[in-house]
Amino acid sequence: MTLAPELQDTSPEKLLAPVLSAFWDEDRSWTLDVYRRHEGYEGLRKALAMSPDDVIAYVKDSGLRGRGGAGFPTGMKWQFIPQGDGKPHYLVVNADESEPGTCKDIPLLFANPHSLIEGIVIACYAIRSSHAFIYLRGEVVPVLRRLHAAVREAYEAGYLGKNILGSGLDLELTVHAGAGAYICGEETALLDSLEGRRGQPRLRPPFPAVAGLYACPTVVNNVESIASVPAILNRGKEWFRSMGSEKSPGFTLYSLSGHVANPGQYEAPLGITLRQLLQMSGGMRPGHRLKFWTPGGSSTPLLTDEHLDVPLDYEGVGAAGSMLGTKALQCFDETTCVVRAVTRWTEFYAHESCGKCTPCREGTYWLVQLMRDIEAGKGKMSDLDKLNDIADNINGKSFCALGDGAASPIFSSLKYFREEYEQHITGRGCPFDPARSTAWADHRTEVNA
Amino acid sequence: MTTSSSERGVSLGMPELPAPPYPDDVRARLEADAREIISRYPGSRSALLPLLHLVQSEEGHVTRTGIQFCADMLGLTSAEVTAVATFYTMYRRKPSGDYQVGVCTNTLCAVMGGDAIFEELQEHLGVGNGETTEDGKVTLEHIECNAACDYAPVVMVNWEFFDNQTPESAKRLVDDLRAGRPVSPTRGAPLCTFKQTARILAGFPDEREGAVEASGSAGPASLVGLKLAKGEAAPARVVHPRGAAPEDAPPHEPSPTEHLSSHDAPQQTSASDPDHPAGPAAEEGE
Repeated sequence: MTLAPELQDTSPEKLLAPVLSAFWDEDRSWTLDVYRRHEGYEGLRKALAMSPDDVIAYVKDSGLRGRGGAGFPTGMKWQFIPQGDGKPHYLVVNADESEPGTCKDIPLLFANPHSLIEGIVIACYAIRSSHAFIYLRGEVVPVLRRLHAAVREAYEAGYLGKNILGSGLDLELTVHAGAGAYICGEETALLDSLEGRRGQPRLRPPFPAVAGLYACPTVVNNVESIASVPAILNRGKEWFRSMGSEKSPGFTLYSLSGHVANPGQYEAPLGITLRQLLQMSGGMRPGHRLKFWTPGGSSTPLLTDEHLDVPLDYEGVGAAGSMLGTKALQCFDETTCVVRAVTRWTEFYAHESCGKCTPCREGTYWLVQLMRDIEAGKGKMSDLDKLNDIADNINGKSFCALGDGAASPIFSSLKYFREEYEQHITGRGCPFDPARSTAWADHRTEVNA
Repeated sequence: MTTSSSERGVSLGMPELPAPPYPDDVRARLEADAREIISRYPGSRSALLPLLHLVQSEEGHVTRTGIQFCADMLGLTSAEVTAVATFYTMYRRKPSGDYQVGVCTNTLCAVMGGDAIFEELQEHLGVGNGETTEDGKVTLEHIECNAACDYAPVVMVNWEFFDNQTPESAKRLVDDLRAGRPVSPTRGAPLCTFKQTARILAGFPDEREGAVEASGSAGPASLVGLKLAKGEAAPARVVHPRGAAPEDAPPHEPSPTEHLSSHDAPQQTSASDPDHPAGPAAEEGE
């Protein structure tokens, strides 16, 4: 079948859709002045002209789904907040971006923090909240600096504080820096951390919408989800729905990293494929081919070069046996040892396991022992089934999704690369040279060529 | 640094004395800061993480004095504060350097060269993971993913971004830090000390002229998609911002000590006693 020319068109102008990233190349893009020049805070004006319930319905109708990994419809999360209950309501923005491979919220907040602040004001108006928090991971001081500055600007301009734009809405916004713990990206662990405790997940139910921060109704949303709201209000839900698919509408940030010619942020309608992204951006680094990749961070099962044409939306990646996650497309070429990659991820999960539940705390520990032995050439063939078995005892049996995430690289690497594990065992060591995987490995040959 | 009861020659079982308080003027200053932090939250305990950053900005690590201060300000016990302080990796438990150099060795950065950088820095500085150079300038550690994978391999100094590093650029970086030469990150503001950084983390904005503006709107990798969408050519990849590629990248020799998660072993706190790993031989306080 011959495709129509427009369907074959791989020109980036057609395939990409910069919205949140549209003016990151402008001088002082993080300031209120520049943001307002790009219709900043116009979405808020439109929202304030509607009733709060209508704003919730509008965001729900737009089809916006959570960009933090799970893909839960944002408007529905807002709708779950009980109204007229007499309790304070809270909005907490999850800016604890720590999932390995994920690097979208940090550049977004660095270059365009006002899109998040405007989204927060709109969301708080909708859910009737007068105090919102941004829980930012602590290890990103440049972003914290710009958030402090942007929040101060927003207060001075009357977008935060008392009687915002004469609407009667009062809103306080607190920027809160975390202190280094991956688990705090899990929404209930984040709430415990924000209450000044060890960041350990809570039993659900009750869900945060009923009993969240200080046991009050709370919405926890990812940065990119909230930052996408102003554009939806300003340009319309039909415009938003004109991108992506019926079930996964809109635009999103794809983060390309690893052995690619041009790693970076690519904002596009949901459903673009890795092949399209690689074709427009220069492909893998010269002379190498894709071996395996993650569609959305290390907690999403690995995919291979068989999956280059999988539409990168919630349904497409799900059908391919993985998850869209955070759209962190970490690409590794043929120089990379999959056993080494999975060992390191597994060490990460063991380090970050909060210790609350036994399957995750003990299981990740034992996975690390087995993986290290296999990588060092000291493994046995029976270890491979044992790995699968332990991962199976973590997956779905842990308190929170961290355990599922730890099992994903194990299951998927054994599924696609079992032979490579076996090579480590029969060959009594790793057949790869890590020096060939480095960013500078091919540099000298290029210079000499 | 706190010495254990046995090191002080005190007989075992002697209760550890209460943490020494801050001098009056320091305490007065920190109390004013603490009250401002607490006022940001509907529930006072929410101020605990920022307060721990605050006491770290005073002494460079979380001391028993700092823990007692947080406990006093929030009406908690020192045990409750210690439980929180030891959960989070950004709180240091012992005196450390002015500059915390963290090399990302999570999978992607490790594969792209983070392992080689970490290995060469350990050799170059003569210190291991979590250790500080003798001049007290640099504390080296390996860190987990810092949300900058499109700039791999990444090194963080006092939590500012040094993108696209090589072993050579990283060695020059630590040499500059030790020599007191001014150092600017690829993304972030000119470096301040670890203590000053901790104060920003406690929620007190960086008031230095030009700090917010420094390093421009966005790094080059953040802009590649936008430039393509606007019909501009993709930029050539900047691989070696701080100099040429290493002349002789040594072949990687995996060794048993390379297991980077060995730091998962229980760490000491300012109040813990290495001679009695099974539990306290003396109660903190009375």
